[in-house]
Amino acid sequence: MNRIPQLLAVVALLAAPAAAEMKTMNGAGATFPYPIYSKWFDEYHKIKPELQINYQSIGSGGGIRQITERTVDFGATDGPMTEEQLMKIDSRILHVPTVLGAVVPAYNLKGIEDLKLSGPVLADVFLGRITRWTDPAIAKLNPGAALPDAAITVVHRSDGSGTTYCWVDYLAKVSPEWKKKVGVATAVKWPVGLGGKGNEGVAGLVKLTPNALGYVELIYAKQNGIAYAAVLNKAGKFIKAGIPSVTAAAAGAKMPKDYRVSITDAAGAEAYPVSTFTWLLIYEKNSTDKGAVLKDFLKWMLKDGQGMAATLGYAPLPDSVNAMVAKTIETIK
Amino acid sequence: MNEAVYARRKKVNALAFALTAVCAAVASGTLLAILGYIAWKGASSISWAFLTNIPKPLGEHGGGIANSIVGSAKVVGLAGLMGIPVGILGGVYLAEYGRGKYAFAVRYAADVMNGVPSIVVGLFAYALIVHPMKKFSALSGSVALAFIMVPIVLRNTEEFLRLVPGTIREAALALGVPRWKVTMFVILPTAGRGILTGALLALARVAGETAPLIFTAFGNRFSDNGWLNPIATLPHTIYTYAISPYEDWHNQAWAAALILMAFVLAVNVTARLWLKPKSI
Amino acid sequence: MTAERTGDRLFRTAIAGFAGIILLVAVALAWQLARESAETWKAFGPAFLWTSDWDPVADVFGALPFLYGTAVSSMLALLIAVPLGVGAAIFLTELAPKRLAETLMFAIELLAAVPSVILGLLGIFILVPFMRWMGSPYGVGMLTAGLILAFMILPYITTITREVLLTVPRPLKEAMYALGATRWEVVRGVSLPFARPGIVGAVFLSLGRALGETMAVTMVIGNTPNISANLMNPGYSMAAVIANELAEAASDAHLSALVAIGLTLMAVTVIVNGAARLMLYRLGSSR
Repeated sequence: MNRIPQLLAVVALLAAPAAAEMKTMNGAGATFPYPIYSKWFDEYHKIKPELQINYQSIGSGGGIRQITERTVDFGATDGPMTEEQLMKIDSRILHVPTVLGAVVPAYNLKGIEDLKLSGPVLADVFLGRITRWTDPAIAKLNPGAALPDAAITVVHRSDGSGTTYCWVDYLAKVSPEWKKKVGVATAVKWPVGLGGKGNEGVAGLVKLTPNALGYVELIYAKQNGIAYAAVLNKAGKFIKAGIPSVTAAAAGAKMPKDYRVSITDAAGAEAYPVSTFTWLLIYEKNSTDKGAVLKDFLKWMLKDGQGMAATLGYAPLPDSVNAMVAKTIETIK
Repeated sequence: MNEAVYARRKKVNALAFALTAVCAAVASGTLLAILGYIAWKGASSISWAFLTNIPKPLGEHGGGIANSIVGSAKVVGLAGLMGIPVGILGGVYLAEYGRGKYAFAVRYAADVMNGVPSIVVGLFAYALIVHPMKKFSALSGSVALAFIMVPIVLRNTEEFLRLVPGTIREAALALGVPRWKVTMFVILPTAGRGILTGALLALARVAGETAPLIFTAFGNRFSDNGWLNPIATLPHTIYTYAISPYEDWHNQAWAAALILMAFVLAVNVTARLWLKPKSI
Repeated sequence: MTAERTGDRLFRTAIAGFAGIILLVAVALAWQLARESAETWKAFGPAFLWTSDWDPVADVFGALPFLYGTAVSSMLALLIAVPLGVGAAIFLTELAPKRLAETLMFAIELLAAVPSVILGLLGIFILVPFMRWMGSPYGVGMLTAGLILAFMILPYITTITREVLLTVPRPLKEAMYALGATRWEVVRGVSLPFARPGIVGAVFLSLGRALGETMAVTMVIGNTPNISANLMNPGYSMAAVIANELAEAASDAHLSALVAIGLTLMAVTVIVNGAARLMLYRLGSSR
């Protein structure tokens, strides 16, 4: 009996032109925060049913490009825009931090529960210098572990990614060879490995490929039951990514006025070394009432939205940063 | 001596028979295997809720593909509205007045467009509509699909019009009917069945296209909001879900594939059955 | 009298206009691609097509890995699909009872209607694990892409070959039978040589299709700009790189390079399809 109203609803969907006063805002960018953003936009739609915020996760590179072209209303990235990219934009754009997350080394090894890795070792694997799981450098960090005598299948991003940015930013800090040979950007020339599209693609490839090693945002590893390694931090401790360790990484950083800061390889004892902020890219001046709509959403995000971050594995913004952002978004028109 | 040679030739014949039979079995069996597999994987996820709900956030169960189904219907529908008339009328021109440099150029252009990979067409639609409009939209997706449809419908129309026997045309002209009326009201309807099936097949073809929609229609997690906003479509949703690591999304991808396949199959089978009396 | 001619002229102009739309679109497409890719051609010249350094960070672009991947995966597809398709066509034309042949042909033709993304879906969940089981370390790779493409072009090869085989003149075949030839000998001695130009045309047509294939390939090729003789290794194709990198080509140089690849792809498919049509039309007109 309930099928009839539902059927009518589907027919109405087909027949109706832009029905009611439904407003659609479009955003695109990072796949890293996609889980929390999709949750936020869904919840916000429940509060404001006349507003749809449609977010497509096409990668941070895509977010930057599309917001530069103004084909979307806001962008999202976890690799801050470079000076060169900012120069292409004619008016002022804000990096609004939303949450913190961690990029973890996800792996597919039968029977190995607690793999431990370090920055220099990871850099060497991604450089193609370490090619097998039984390499002495890996064995040294994991005494007694039954590592398979197999080649490491490296997985990286095929698209432009802030997750990549965070990862290579860390590798460049711990490996001078990486810094010189490959560098830091949202899309780099990978010496080795398979390419997956989005965090989803990399997670998918790691999950399906035995003996694979890739990097993904923490929540993608957790939601899919993919094992991830603990990483040796600057203070000498092996840390497995989690909310406390990510928060610890942010604690030491001094937040600049434009919010573009890197918190990888942080100093704290409990800090997870591959942590990052993620940002929404919003123009200070927007046409029609888009600015007001975005500002309202951001205010909600800073208050109610932050509470949802932890369940999904993201660390909420530190209070000091939250207060700073609340002031900055007032300038959005 | 003759006996031995003849026996060997018979054996070779039998071997050839067997090998080619295997080839045929593989070729035709593939489709059955594909359909069977999709039905098996997808059927379990199809439910009324699945068909009428919109997607839920990542990680939550119970989401559906209603917006993709409606989205595909809209985008393909508009593409057909734009592409089919242009294709048919263009085909009429080539069949009726198809000699000379202009007609040659048109035919060549149609052949070129037929061979252009759909991703390049998407590139073009992005530059033509998305970029100046500063917005991704269902409209741009439809235009991209229409660009793909027109050459298919055009060549198909031309071929079926040419099959109409000259005697019918001559009879009508002999009765004093103006040439254009002969074309539109006598020849076109006669070839109507073939032309319409061609149009249907073109619709089924673009319904399955993904590449051109990635940067035109863009995708939408919600129900669409009119023609000037991004919209979800079945093939794009299948692609996004397939390359993800989520079991739930994989199941939905199979179910969506089943629906898409059912539609494409239905159109193709109908078209073929309709066309069976191949003589006009 | 005059009214008739005016009516006809108006009609002819009107539909000529509609026909012209397609001409306009094709020209605009080519022009747009040329314009957007100009930057790349200016920066790298034709060497763009034979250098293999694809570095979005340093804005250095060489398209060789993608040309290589497209070419190799398409060739593999042909190697697999042509014997299979011609074999199937022979069976269905010469050796099978009519009813069976028609049903099987129907199934093969429908294969052509399966959308690319669905074949990619099947590729990811069936073919890739199968390849891994067969010994490939990754599962995804050049061979996998070649296999998927083979299934996509199989229907074209089979249908066209069958059509051509059906046009072999009966008297020729009957003469062979009269001499005591077996069915296979007739096929090998008369039908196939007669059909050869048509089969070659079918091959070119299928090649044209395979070259532009995007979705199924990008889902199983591994998306790595790599040139390697080992077919189990991942690779990349022209269509796949455009699909993956277009929405986010952050720099103008990057976007221009992708469009340049699109232009190259379009040029190659136009040439191949043109050759195919030439062969198949010549066939049609000489019969």
